[in-house]
Amino acid sequence: MILAIKLAFKNLIGAGLRTWLNVIVLSFSFVIIIATRGILVGWDRQAKNDMTDWEIGGGQYWNINYDPYDAFTLTDAHGTIPAEFQAEIDAGNMVPVLITQGTLFNEGRMQSILIKGINPDQTLLELPTHKLDTLVEAIPAIIGSNMANTNKLKPGDYVTIRWRDTNGTFDATDICITDIFTTNVPTVDLAQVWIPMENLQSMTLMPDEATILTFRDKEKVREETDNWKLMTHKALVSDIEEMIKTKSVGQSIFYTILLILALLAIFDTQVLSIFRRQKEIGTYVALGYTQREVVGLFTIEGAMHAILAALVGAIYGIPFLAWFASKGITLGVSSADYGFAIADTMYPVYSGGLVIGTTIIVLIATAIVSYWPSRRIAKMNPTEALRGKLQ
Amino acid sequence: MIIKTHNLTKRFPMGKSEFTALKGIDLSLGVGEFAGLIGPSGSGKTTLLNIVGSLDTPSEGEVIVLDQSIGKLTAKGAAKLRKEKIGFIFQSYNLLAVHTVYENVEFPLLLLKLSSNERKKMVMDALEWVGLLDKIKQKPPQLSGGECQRVAIARAMVKKPSLVVADEPTANLDAANSHNILQTMAKLNEELKTTFLFATHDEKVIGYLKRKIYLKDGKLDKDETI
Repeated sequence: MILAIKLAFKNLIGAGLRTWLNVIVLSFSFVIIIATRGILVGWDRQAKNDMTDWEIGGGQYWNINYDPYDAFTLTDAHGTIPAEFQAEIDAGNMVPVLITQGTLFNEGRMQSILIKGINPDQTLLELPTHKLDTLVEAIPAIIGSNMANTNKLKPGDYVTIRWRDTNGTFDATDICITDIFTTNVPTVDLAQVWIPMENLQSMTLMPDEATILTFRDKEKVREETDNWKLMTHKALVSDIEEMIKTKSVGQSIFYTILLILALLAIFDTQVLSIFRRQKEIGTYVALGYTQREVVGLFTIEGAMHAILAALVGAIYGIPFLAWFASKGITLGVSSADYGFAIADTMYPVYSGGLVIGTTIIVLIATAIVSYWPSRRIAKMNPTEALRGKLQ
Repeated sequence: MIIKTHNLTKRFPMGKSEFTALKGIDLSLGVGEFAGLIGPSGSGKTTLLNIVGSLDTPSEGEVIVLDQSIGKLTAKGAAKLRKEKIGFIFQSYNLLAVHTVYENVEFPLLLLKLSSNERKKMVMDALEWVGLLDKIKQKPPQLSGGECQRVAIARAMVKKPSLVVADEPTANLDAANSHNILQTMAKLNEELKTTFLFATHDEKVIGYLKRKIYLKDGKLDKDETI
């Protein structure tokens, strides 16, 4: 085996420009696969981190009637905060949020919104809720930048909101925008107004009630409790994971095409080698190789393209990927367009697993396309091969 | 006995029919012989050489080479026989172009898994036999035809095989180089008692042979020992 590797390496280097062209093309595949996969890994990580920081914390309890995809459930999706959580809430490790449907009236237009009540003192989520602790002539409210842009609102603006209390009675009041926050998480931004929890509980006649309870520690073992459904962190990020998986499939098609082009060049080289190097094949057999061993030698030789490509790719790929990871890539889309957490600038993340996994995949694929045409050697007549006669 | 054939027949498919290249050859070759298969093109010389060299198998009859029945050998067994006991010299040298002279000669020893020191000594000895010690770092494309064939002889002889088969070894060489090569092989035959079997129709080679086996249309025509 070691002899075959040494021999293959020698033959490969001896082939000169043809080898290096194949190696360079394959190295492009390596670097691009790692770069694009890195973007997805970075996106996945960024999206989960942002969601964790801004919305889901370490997990949530949902009122049994709550369905985030059905606004009509909100009428009944509230309940008294279980007493067993009070200590956690007091310690700042759990944040209750009350959600109700409402309407925002701004410059003669009306927009359906979600009014969310949250404790201004909370520190569990990144939301700048301390701005709700501002003394103004209406209920203080914070909104996200997308919501502000859509409604052309700015800090200090007063707008009217309308809601229904627990008895179904409409009521309305003014709110004052005390802060506009920027986030990559659209589910805390789009068509949402955050106001102090006490105000919302009082407005809806739902004292001590909440719709969701967000907790900090995701490692802590928790159980469901009456009327409250436990949503683990894993369950809450599963949508993101599915979305990334879908994107990953789309991206896989792109780099599979790229890889196929590189592998095609290697396949072509192998086919050509087997025709051009018949005498050499015959010589190996005459010197004591079996034809199967020659097949192995040619397969190793072809597969070695991948090893050289990894090395060549590392020479220019490591600086490029490092630069790419530090600068990131600006996608030119906002999270509002996507509907889920996505940063303006995506920073790729390259893990050891990603690099090793990509190397193994490319190595296996190269070995297969090298082996495929090499099998022909096993069927060759060595005496004809020795004379270089085409078979 | 190095080679013994009995009723050796070789047929090749030719379209829907068959072409018989060798017809009932009975032949024996002993240790240290310097023999040649002589005949015009198509007489079956190379076919016989290939079978003796375990690169091909007989269609009929028996071929015993170094106590091994060629017809019964597996691919692995035939490869082992070639690797350990048979050296090949070809008309067009068949050197490995990307390897140096030293590496070309060393190659058969690598297959035998000899130690680095052993290999070095044996390669240097072989290159000394053929007078190429000053070319060890050169590659075949940098050598003349005569030098290439001397490298091929060194490669064939380096493992001190019991049998060397040489197929038209002087066909691509001029007269001076041909004599030089043949003298080298004759000397090695004398010194190492290696059996040489040539396939040739070159008069220069025939002049050096101690035994001339004439083939005609796949049959043994004449067998002369000098």
